[in-house]
Amino acid sequence: MTTEAPTIDLSGSRPRLRRERRVRRLFLGAAVTSILISLLIVGSLAGEAWSFLSKVDLSSLWDMGWFPRRDMFDIKTVVTGTLLISLIAMVVATPLGLGAAIYLSEYARPRARRWLKPVLEVLAGIPSVVLGYFALTWISPNIVMRLSPHAGVFSMAAAGIGVGILVTPLVASVSEDAMRAVPHALREASYGLGAKKATTVTRVVFPAAASGIVASLILGLSRAIGETMVVAMAAGAVGGSLFQLNVFEPGQTMTAAMTALAIGSDQVAGSNNAFQSLFFLGLLLFLMTLALNLISDRFVRKVREKY
Amino acid sequence: MATRAATPSTTDLVRQSIQGRRLGFGDIAFPAALLLALLLALLFLATLLVDVFVRAWDAFSGRGFSVVTSPLSLNADTAGLWQSIMGSLALTAVVAILAFPIGVGAAIYLEEYAPDNRFTRFINTNIRNLAGVPSIVYGILGFTIFVRFVRAVGAGGGVYGKNLLAGGLTLAALVLPIVIITTAEALRAVPSAIREAGFGVGATRWEVIRYHVVPYAAPGILTGTVLTLARAFGETAPLLLVGAATGFFSVGTAGFVDRVVGPYTALPVTIFSWARQPGADFRSLTAAAIVVLLVLLLTANAAAIILRNRFERKW
Amino acid sequence: MEEANLTQPAGPAPGAPMPDLPVRSGGRAVSVGGVLRTSGTGQVPGTQNSIFDVSGLKVFYGSFQAVAETTMAIREHEITALIGPSGCGKTTVLRCFNRMNDLIESARVEGTVRYHGVDIYGDQVDPVEVRRRIGMVFQKPNPFPKSIYDNIAFGPRIAGFKGSMDDLVEESLTRAALWDEVRDKLRQSAYALSGGQQQRLCIARAIATSPDVLLMDEPCSSLDPIATLRIEELMIELKRDYSIIIVTHNMQQAARVSDRTAFFTVDVKETGMRTGRLVEFDATDVIFTRPRQKQTEDYITGRFG
Repeated sequence: MTTEAPTIDLSGSRPRLRRERRVRRLFLGAAVTSILISLLIVGSLAGEAWSFLSKVDLSSLWDMGWFPRRDMFDIKTVVTGTLLISLIAMVVATPLGLGAAIYLSEYARPRARRWLKPVLEVLAGIPSVVLGYFALTWISPNIVMRLSPHAGVFSMAAAGIGVGILVTPLVASVSEDAMRAVPHALREASYGLGAKKATTVTRVVFPAAASGIVASLILGLSRAIGETMVVAMAAGAVGGSLFQLNVFEPGQTMTAAMTALAIGSDQVAGSNNAFQSLFFLGLLLFLMTLALNLISDRFVRKVREKY
Repeated sequence: MATRAATPSTTDLVRQSIQGRRLGFGDIAFPAALLLALLLALLFLATLLVDVFVRAWDAFSGRGFSVVTSPLSLNADTAGLWQSIMGSLALTAVVAILAFPIGVGAAIYLEEYAPDNRFTRFINTNIRNLAGVPSIVYGILGFTIFVRFVRAVGAGGGVYGKNLLAGGLTLAALVLPIVIITTAEALRAVPSAIREAGFGVGATRWEVIRYHVVPYAAPGILTGTVLTLARAFGETAPLLLVGAATGFFSVGTAGFVDRVVGPYTALPVTIFSWARQPGADFRSLTAAAIVVLLVLLLTANAAAIILRNRFERKW
Repeated sequence: MEEANLTQPAGPAPGAPMPDLPVRSGGRAVSVGGVLRTSGTGQVPGTQNSIFDVSGLKVFYGSFQAVAETTMAIREHEITALIGPSGCGKTTVLRCFNRMNDLIESARVEGTVRYHGVDIYGDQVDPVEVRRRIGMVFQKPNPFPKSIYDNIAFGPRIAGFKGSMDDLVEESLTRAALWDEVRDKLRQSAYALSGGQQQRLCIARAIATSPDVLLMDEPCSSLDPIATLRIEELMIELKRDYSIIIVTHNMQQAARVSDRTAFFTVDVKETGMRTGRLVEFDATDVIFTRPRQKQTEDYITGRFG
């Protein structure tokens, strides 16, 4: 068996190899930027939030209301405000979003889908500031004040409905994806057994897509909690708010409180307590939405594993 | 199954259940309810648009195009959107310059280079989490870090760093995870046969990416980026925290650099501040501003779709 | 496991046409543009030079062993066929010859594969250079979404080719028996070609970087019989200038075109792990008329696989 003596050079071109290494490092750097941003976010929140907590009189965190200028930092006011508005938002978004999603995924004819979906996406593209305006100038007088004659122009209900409309396309698109991911074989099996369409949809498709649907609702909730502009414009309570459970009254959310602090007329940037409470709220908000997003992620991964 | 002469036979029963079944309650009511939900959502949209356009009509019919071309003012009769529109466009440009290269680069790394290990999965999870962080938190990031940074490098202008450089950095950070995610999706859609062919002919990984993968994925990447920029265009909360002007300001005869590092505002911020002004005049002016914003957004979305259709011809 | 037998006296000379296959007469002048050729031309087929020496080759995907220890030698200017049932590792082995398995993250290759005496899995070896010299044609034609011209030009361009690209494109297409059909539409999209034409384009593309080996992974499996025939004829012509290794699950094809054939089988352990193994490697007519191993005989007579 004869072979040629090793005469060929397979070591490749040095400059080309160097370039490859450089390019790879460049792209790695870009990817690492995302980690940097995370660290910066956590850092910018944690530092100031801690400073706030250490300086403030902790008893002021449980008070009559949220009035930062008067050193009243009642957390439950703003958290309750956030939760109430988010709850109203989900009451609006869940039936609208899921209903739209089920219809588009299971019932709509392809021709109808082709223009219905883009229209829903248009709704998704409406900036929150526009929706805030709508909540203030239309939802409030035409819906909220009709429901409760005592309600004023600003109310948590108006903001809640506005946030609900904002969140609806998100719920619709994620849950629609979840339902379309259900294999046709399942539907066909159901029809083959003689089930009607409504039965198939509710008893077969919906449960199969349950993880994805739950993920969409959690994502919607997370979005609602983090929403700022609609609340800042329609929920009122700019200067501060008493603890409030009546949704037809103005209320304060964490996000609106942060906004008010940032642009408030007495915005004394620096390290006075009032201003620093902004970071504390920011940290709370960040942790809440992070937790919800991680949970939602779990559910999305469950969907992927199934199919 | 035993049957008696008086009862229908099994065949009849089966036939009856398969054909000619009268539509039950569930067959009509259920899809009707679903359709109602969908239509209700669309009805809200329609109401919003009609309401806004009707109110805006007052402002436009009275003052015509000067609503768009005038500078900001405390007076509803003379206030216009020019500065806001310019500010928003400038911000979008800054965001594009920052977020696009970094975002595409990061996506290329994650999809084409990164090994499947814990570090890579960590980066991916981190990016997904960042995409879900409320925009106001990015405002805090901007306020604490970017404004100071801009000040520190001497680009603070007269506003202690609260200029559109800081605003652009903030929005870029906000938008970066989304650019990464949409670009990664576009890269994943490239058939692996094309990569294989490239490697088979003796191309390096970068050559395969640069000459084959990216050109193939380019329409999807561009569309995703344009849509993301449109989203940044409509953001308000972070800009409020980073010092976009909510009131009236004037740059007089300042030069280009001074304008860049000086005070600025954006269209959504102006909408927010006008919405808070009392008076019917500002109400219709706000609606007019919203119309302008929606028209610009619609244009951007249409451009993205046209872009995608033009470049989609896959040879 | 039998060793590859290289010194056995041949029956009919390897490479001689089988009686029932019409042979395309030669006589087509091919200008050997020549600057990048690395192996000699005009060597008599059947000489004992081996272009690949595989020794102790094993391939793993993670903890799963896809290919059991394999030793074989591939001769120059011959067509070597790798045949066997599904999952026997023949494609995996093929892809070892140009380090394409590197692209699969969990893949691990042990043993040595000597090419012109150099172990291509050695430390100093750049797989990109290996793939420039060892061309590959895939199962489903995969031209780039570019023009016909650019498909061919891409490889040489990135390898630093400085000569006349037009000439190189023409030469490659001519060698792949495609020039006459596309000479007027070089700038058109490669996707406008038929399946058989696209595969010949892929062959031309592989040839353009002046390799001396062509690896073909079931190149005709997605083509109709007429296109298949044309490619088989092409392969026999190409063998003059290149060494060809082809994976095929079409035994008749292996019998028609190849000089030597390697038969692989798949062993299934109790754990369910399926590992490929080289059973027999010999001159094609030996494999198909008087195989030494019973497993080989069972396969070619259709008793299994």
